[in-house]
Amino acid sequence: MMEEAVATYREEAGELLAELETSLLELEETPDDNDLINRVFRAMHTIKGSGAMFGFDEIASFTHEVETVFDMVRNGKMTVTKRLLDLTLKSRDHISCLLNAPVGEDVDRSAGDEIIAGLRQLLPQPELPQKGSSEIPSIKLPEVSPDELSNESTWRIRFRPAPNIIMCGTNPISLINELRGLGTAQVVAQFDEIPQLDELVPESCHIYWDIILTTSRGEDAIRDVFIFVEDDCDIKIELIDSSGLIDREEGYKKLGDILVERGDLSPVEMKKVLMLQKRFGELLVEKGIVSPEKVQSALVEQQHVKSVRKERSEAPQQEAAASIRVPAEKLDQLINLVGEMVTVQAHLSQVSLAGGDATFIAISEEVERLTNELRDTALNIRMLPIGSTFSKFKRLVRDLSGELGKEIEMETFGAETELDKTVIEKLNDPLVHIIRNSIDHGIEMPEVRCAAGKSAIGKVYLGAEHSGDSVLITIRDDGAGLDRDAIRAKALERGLLPANSEASDREIYSLIFAPGFSTAAKVTSVSGRGVGMDVVKRGIEGLRGSIGVDSVRGSGTTITLKIPLTLAIIDSLLVKIGKDHFVLPLASVEECVELTREDIKNSHGRNLANVRGAIVPYIPLRQHFGIIEQRPEIEQIVIADIHGTKVGFVVDHVVGEHQTVIKSLGKMYRDVKGVSGATILGDGTVALILDMGTLLQTIELMELSTKGS
Amino acid sequence: MAKLIMTADDSASVRQMVAFTLKQNGYDVIEAVDGRDALNKLASQKVDMLLTDLNMPNMDGIGLIKGVRAGTLNKFIPIVMLTTESNDSKKGEGKAAGATGWIVKPFKPEQLIAVIKKVLG
Repeated sequence: MMEEAVATYREEAGELLAELETSLLELEETPDDNDLINRVFRAMHTIKGSGAMFGFDEIASFTHEVETVFDMVRNGKMTVTKRLLDLTLKSRDHISCLLNAPVGEDVDRSAGDEIIAGLRQLLPQPELPQKGSSEIPSIKLPEVSPDELSNESTWRIRFRPAPNIIMCGTNPISLINELRGLGTAQVVAQFDEIPQLDELVPESCHIYWDIILTTSRGEDAIRDVFIFVEDDCDIKIELIDSSGLIDREEGYKKLGDILVERGDLSPVEMKKVLMLQKRFGELLVEKGIVSPEKVQSALVEQQHVKSVRKERSEAPQQEAAASIRVPAEKLDQLINLVGEMVTVQAHLSQVSLAGGDATFIAISEEVERLTNELRDTALNIRMLPIGSTFSKFKRLVRDLSGELGKEIEMETFGAETELDKTVIEKLNDPLVHIIRNSIDHGIEMPEVRCAAGKSAIGKVYLGAEHSGDSVLITIRDDGAGLDRDAIRAKALERGLLPANSEASDREIYSLIFAPGFSTAAKVTSVSGRGVGMDVVKRGIEGLRGSIGVDSVRGSGTTITLKIPLTLAIIDSLLVKIGKDHFVLPLASVEECVELTREDIKNSHGRNLANVRGAIVPYIPLRQHFGIIEQRPEIEQIVIADIHGTKVGFVVDHVVGEHQTVIKSLGKMYRDVKGVSGATILGDGTVALILDMGTLLQTIELMELSTKGS
Repeated sequence: MAKLIMTADDSASVRQMVAFTLKQNGYDVIEAVDGRDALNKLASQKVDMLLTDLNMPNMDGIGLIKGVRAGTLNKFIPIVMLTTESNDSKKGEGKAAGATGWIVKPFKPEQLIAVIKKVLG
């Protein structure tokens, strides 16, 4: 549509240039023809004005120079000469060149510069043109600097419109409403100039207004409201209070002082009335010195400023009590210290129990209780509502849907759910990926949606809720859903799935997290390159979280992220294999059962245990980690829920619950699969924190490759 | 109901640009190619606002403004002048004829909308 207008401009300018040429040639014959001179000027003028609007800046600035010269000719300050006509004809050709140059291509500017130089020589010397003098923007768009925001001022405005204001199409009420939009305003209308009925002209405006306005925007913003009427109307704007004023008394001026300041009452009259002891305003009205409306208006001002000042003096105190700002590093430091504390406390408990001294044990238990409270409080400080991230995604959805020509609304819930600050930061990228996918692949084009009997406007839900010591983040769209068969076909093609396998829907859907997996037929700017979902999965697992996907063809996809509340200290299960301790995150542990030699024998070499009738596969960690010590008669299976699948991990002993302060491993161990960190136990030994999800994955891969060979 | 705005301009490109900008912002638009055309249309069509160029053949913007203010149907509507003249004489002439406000060409679509919102209240 806009391109059409540009094309029309090109045509128009072409016609104008043709007309210009004719006029110039005629002008050569009759150099004094004012009509022709005006025609030349107007053609230039139109080319310039419209050119600037349609982005032909070069044409606008060049034509401006030529126009300036013809303005002189028009005003009789210059005469038409052969040289002038030559240069103007050259200008015409140059404009034509500029007009037809392809967009974005530079035109030889030297030709234009030469012409301008020549034209300038023709100008009478003292009146050199000022470049771009006519390009003054008419209306400033409102801009608020943060500086202004913190600085509220109160203004007294008396707006006395010209009587013909309504006949000129201005509604004074809308100007007053515009003032209201700038801040808090109190408006009092003054009726004392309304004439008697027989003299009244109904089309004229006889009312004027007193407005008391408290705003953070400056006087210019107030003047801008009156920009179109300031020449005809009587507008008085006075600053009566500002947060920067030094005399920060809480009250405000007396009524009489206000009226005197406004010029509605003389100081002599004020003194006279003050001699009588009655309420000042009533007296003034009674005596007929000041009209009731004027007194009313002054009272409004008094009340308004008083309340503004009162609010201002109260506000900072309340805020100070509500919250304090602390640098994030200080909090991190606190969490670290609490972590150390938890470790030391574990040691203390161990020693006290070993010693068997009742008093000592009592003290140690007290310390343990306090440490737990301290830990919870300290971690809680770092918790932030996830809502701030959510609002960013609203913007993302808006921008992307526009780009793709889809109509999509985003709904969020649980914005107040709190998560550790570091977790929220790391969640950002995975969420962006998932939401992009939903918008690009999930939600269909409006026509497709309508054809499927759905509302043309797609919906993406983003929500967060607490679940135990985790937060569940759900991203749901009401789009097309995943194409199970396409994913299966692609997975078979890529060898991710054995040819004859009977995979469940869940298993098939989870294949979208495989590296480089994409069924998208074409790559869009938004997604489809197959580098999304595996990155998402890695990101979430980096947070010790898990990801699940569920989908119904035709009605949408739901992706659920389960994220631990914090990354610093977790509840875990401490286990022992041989002499070594290991830590399993308690969040995914379901139960512990015994594994006897008898059971192993019964399972005929397959690592399967019978747990109350259900067959659960298990991983003997002893073998996996290559621990050679003698294994005990009865082992323990820790059964965990990993992405909805039950898997057992076989250990020697289960020691018990443990508060684990997570320490990251050095660079050397960063790529070790199955270990997410380490912790220091009460006696100072180090235990590895096992990442059950990746552990399971690596073992599955090893199994597959041995089977394959 | 969407407000109806008339744009009077002899330049088709400016009319297109103005009409496009207005429609995008939810206004209805009728176009007029010069002052005479505009005045004829306004005699029988009630509009909420008039945007007019000043330099037009047949009848210029000043004449159009005077004509509208002297009529009945659209006597009190806001009238905004589109003008390339940033000098005050032309602006003053327009104001005296009864224009409500003005916008100086070249302008950006958002400036146009800001002015329209302002005068429509």
